[in-house]
Amino acid sequence: MTQQEALQQYLLRLADSDMVLGQRLCELCGHAPALEEELALMNLGLDLIGQARNWYEYAAELEGKGNDADYLAFRRDAGEFRNLLLVEQPNGDYAMTMARQFFFDAWHYQTLQALVNSSDERIAQVAGKAIKEVTYHLRRSIEWMKRLGNGTEESHQRMEVAVEELWRFTGELIEADEVDLMMAEAGIGADPEAVKSAWKQMVTDVMTEATLTLQDENAWMHVGGKRGIHTEHLGFLLAEMQFLPRAYPDAVW
Amino acid sequence: MSVWSLYEVFVRSKHGLNHKHVGSVHAADAEMALENARELYTRRSEGVSIWVVPSNNITASSPDDKEALFDPSDDKVYRHASFYKLPDEVGHM
Amino acid sequence: MYAQLVETGSKRLKTLEEMGPEERAFQEKIDAEIKIEPKNWMPESYRKTLIRQISQHAHSEIVGMLPEGNWVTRAPSLKRKLQLMAKIQDEAGHGLYLYSAMETLGADRDEEVEKLHTGKAKYSSIFNYPTLNWADIGVVGWLVDGAAIVNQVPLQRTSYGPYARAMVRVCKEESFHQRQGYEILLTMMQKGNDAQKAMVQDAINRLWWPALMMFGPRDDDSPNSAQSMAWKIKRHTNDELRQRFIDQTVPQLELLGCTAPDPELKFNEETGHYDHGDIEWQEFYDVIQGNGPCNRDRIATRKKAIDDGAWVREAAAAYAEKQKQQHQAA
Repeated sequence: MTQQEALQQYLLRLADSDMVLGQRLCELCGHAPALEEELALMNLGLDLIGQARNWYEYAAELEGKGNDADYLAFRRDAGEFRNLLLVEQPNGDYAMTMARQFFFDAWHYQTLQALVNSSDERIAQVAGKAIKEVTYHLRRSIEWMKRLGNGTEESHQRMEVAVEELWRFTGELIEADEVDLMMAEAGIGADPEAVKSAWKQMVTDVMTEATLTLQDENAWMHVGGKRGIHTEHLGFLLAEMQFLPRAYPDAVW
Repeated sequence: MSVWSLYEVFVRSKHGLNHKHVGSVHAADAEMALENARELYTRRSEGVSIWVVPSNNITASSPDDKEALFDPSDDKVYRHASFYKLPDEVGHM
Repeated sequence: MYAQLVETGSKRLKTLEEMGPEERAFQEKIDAEIKIEPKNWMPESYRKTLIRQISQHAHSEIVGMLPEGNWVTRAPSLKRKLQLMAKIQDEAGHGLYLYSAMETLGADRDEEVEKLHTGKAKYSSIFNYPTLNWADIGVVGWLVDGAAIVNQVPLQRTSYGPYARAMVRVCKEESFHQRQGYEILLTMMQKGNDAQKAMVQDAINRLWWPALMMFGPRDDDSPNSAQSMAWKIKRHTNDELRQRFIDQTVPQLELLGCTAPDPELKFNEETGHYDHGDIEWQEFYDVIQGNGPCNRDRIATRKKAIDDGAWVREAAAAYAEKQKQQHQAA
């Protein structure tokens, strides 16, 4: 794998995770547990899809095939998506939605913190804008972890279930593969070890404060999203998201 | 009845200006009220600072007291600089 | 009009002489364009009517998220997706501004929302129509938000201070909504293929009449209008606003290269306005009664969201209470 190829993969991972999670948040439109949360969720989604667009634009330029950001979002099939398995998991109840968000935000925050100092100027620039948004996302999702974890008996139970259910997808966030290592070595990507220890520390702290059971670090972890091997959920998500560009391939919208 | 409380929201739109009342939000606590106010009242970068106050902590003057409270200051013209006539030679003061 | 058929409880206007001293002072203030503020004296019927009107308006914004939410997961490009999300977010925001104004009248938001969920409160009939293809999103922005703007601009001068101020905010933010919708349609008509052009015409055919109905029944059939206008919580009659909307919309329709499903629609040189065919008022009343294509789904969706969210709201309140006690103990 050349560095160029690794960079392309790295960008698609960032973009696809933002995009897929943004799409999941779109599904919640009109279904939030409080009116105030409608705005908050839509804001999250807007930030994420906006970030996805920035990453896609860079990825499309590097690819040099004349494709644009929309092509990357709407014309690739599931096997070409490089998002984390965590973000394609269904919304479930609000505990599931928020636990997913927290695990992702904690990873996203640590990763972007590092990317702000990327040797790749374009990455540093996009990350510099995104980190402000994600700092707020993380602050919010930590609050919700605490509220639901340490709220009522019911909310605590639901949060325990959510955390247990999603835990098996978190290994992928902090497990480095060839692409991650190459990018880190080149000073372009985040240092996987640093992200890993910071993520673990934050998750432990927040879950402890939220009175939630800490999960087994050595539990079996599902991986594959970063290489294009997904859960069954992604295909349906994309079928819906990509319907119009696929059904009318020559259309301008 | 709501399990969340009502908070009044005040936004400072620019540095150097006063906070101004803009409306209210529902929230479980002050931290959430701040978050909700941020989402609702500053979507188009309308603010640099937000205050939230539980609505039931605000004591308002009654409009029926308007005359008693505010009319007396109408005739205290000596509180305004323009009341004092000075010769032109004094210049700007 | 987002608040249709608002019951005022009075079919005949009182003269100033018939009013007691407080009500007379109140009415004179309104006549002099002085805003009524939350703690001012107001007739109970004014307060109740306003709660009804503002809550209907707010419910309309909230229910109005659903037909657009129907396409937000299927928006055809990143740009369109982001625009639509921002627009839907504004609608939730507008609902909240309005509920906030309503609460200054002593109403409880949760109680009013409960009335929506049990079918006791009305909301704009337009949102009971389905959005069946992507062009509907364009038409909703262009015609539905366009009609809403025609209605809302005068409400910025409404007599109740918090309502007027909420409307100022709403109008300022809503200006992009209509342009966003029209641009979707222009792109489809000017750069699109035949299938896309057919979508636009189809969407206009379905939503044209319901959009005209948004202004409410004909003036002859609006018994509450006189009181609402005297209170200045309504500033123009239904027919005036409808005509204003048609006059400004037809040239835009022509620019698109589309037609309205109304063979009688044509410019009247004498009056300087467009004449139009008769509106099917029976359909309007049917939809208001709950028999529109989507009434059940819309209400069920909103009710489910709030019902399913009860444990979340309770958890947040319980957590806040624990924090408070911990804080006090420390």
